[in-house]
Amino acid sequence: MNYPSELRYTKSHEWVRLEGDVAVVGITDFAQDALGDVVFVDLPQVGKAVEAGSAVAVVESVKTASDIYAPVAGEILEVNSALSDKPELINQAPYGEGWLFKMKVNPADLNGLLSAAEYQAVAESQ
Amino acid sequence: MVPFAGYEMPIQYTSITSEHLAVRGLVGMFDVSHMGEFWIKGPGALEFLQYATLNDVAKLKVGRAQYSMLPNAQGGVVDDIYLYRTGEEEYLMVVNAANIEKDWGHLQRLAEGFEVRLEDASDFFALIAVQGPHAVAVLQKLTDTDLVSRKKNDTFMGKLAGKWARFARTGYTGEDGYEVFVAPDEAPAVWAALLDAGVTPCGLGARDTLRLEAGFPLYGHELTDTTNPLCTPFDWVVKGQKEFYGKQALLHPACERRLVGLLVEGGIPREGYRVLGGGKEVGVLTSGTHSPVLKKGIGLAYVQPEWAGVGTALEVEIRGRAAPATVVETPFVKR
Repeated sequence: MNYPSELRYTKSHEWVRLEGDVAVVGITDFAQDALGDVVFVDLPQVGKAVEAGSAVAVVESVKTASDIYAPVAGEILEVNSALSDKPELINQAPYGEGWLFKMKVNPADLNGLLSAAEYQAVAESQ
Repeated sequence: MVPFAGYEMPIQYTSITSEHLAVRGLVGMFDVSHMGEFWIKGPGALEFLQYATLNDVAKLKVGRAQYSMLPNAQGGVVDDIYLYRTGEEEYLMVVNAANIEKDWGHLQRLAEGFEVRLEDASDFFALIAVQGPHAVAVLQKLTDTDLVSRKKNDTFMGKLAGKWARFARTGYTGEDGYEVFVAPDEAPAVWAALLDAGVTPCGLGARDTLRLEAGFPLYGHELTDTTNPLCTPFDWVVKGQKEFYGKQALLHPACERRLVGLLVEGGIPREGYRVLGGGKEVGVLTSGTHSPVLKKGIGLAYVQPEWAGVGTALEVEIRGRAAPATVVETPFVKR
């Protein structure tokens, strides 16, 4: 299982990469492996303001549907439209082409998220 | 691994989609040893089974099998089963694992007064289903018994990878193939021989997506103690010209809802989701998934009869949103 050290993480298995004041959000390698083949993604509306911890997207595999939570508060700037045709990108490249959405955030809010080592401990205890 | 009817079973070995596509394109195998097996033996076996099941057992010759159901007294279904005639006065009934105790008690009660002996042989059989367009060719390499020229629903004894086995040309995937009953202590060797022959092991996940594409019911979902089979596409099982337990309650139902297949766009239908017609609730999903072959949502739903015609436009409520759905013929995927 891969836990890139430059990312921040949530207990609910999202990862966040900060690019200036924009946060790119996806689900972790651990999460995609647990879900299995992803076949459908419900993405949030661009422009929507979201609270930290609110359910903003849904990733569905053959076996189950899973809510995706906003790691921090912010505004949805962009969604990964490639996923509507190729949801399997989430399995193939969870930290790359399988990203879910981008948010405008206050970078300081990311300090409350988990480091790679902290997240790895959470994931491996499950 | 997940607990399933008292057994620990894998949802998937690698991925549900790849296992599913292996069965549709080549060959896969399922360890379905959890299924229950009852012997029904004796001079009254035929008469008893005619009474206890819905299909016409008189038509079942030695060496043949049929799909059937056990009716209850209220017009519902105790279980759906497969019945194999293994001798003149000897039948093997395969039942759902979750229903073994219920079925056993039910059959014991009904058997009173019949010249029949029931034996619960569930612990004496392992069952491996080998399914897919290449299933018969792969199995044939592991046995001297002719498998190729047999017909669907034939059943016979033979040796598979050197172990005695009961073969049945049956399955739950909509593909050609065999289900093979072997002794539990010999099952690992048979499984290993099939693995060596290149058969893909498949878990419960693919078993469910395959049976749904094939339009087959799963007990506890499409069929229950309170569903009348005449309100489903499996009404052909009911042979109303014979006498059977609960016949009066079962025949001529009002069918407030009928079971239909739904093709769903823009989302994956799941069990329990509401079906809307003209904006109002007209039914509910009993099973739903993503079809790996059609790459669309498919489901089985009970809907009000006026919304049950093939081609009817409906909607499925998915997380508060209405996804377009169409009533279609089952199976969703034809061989």
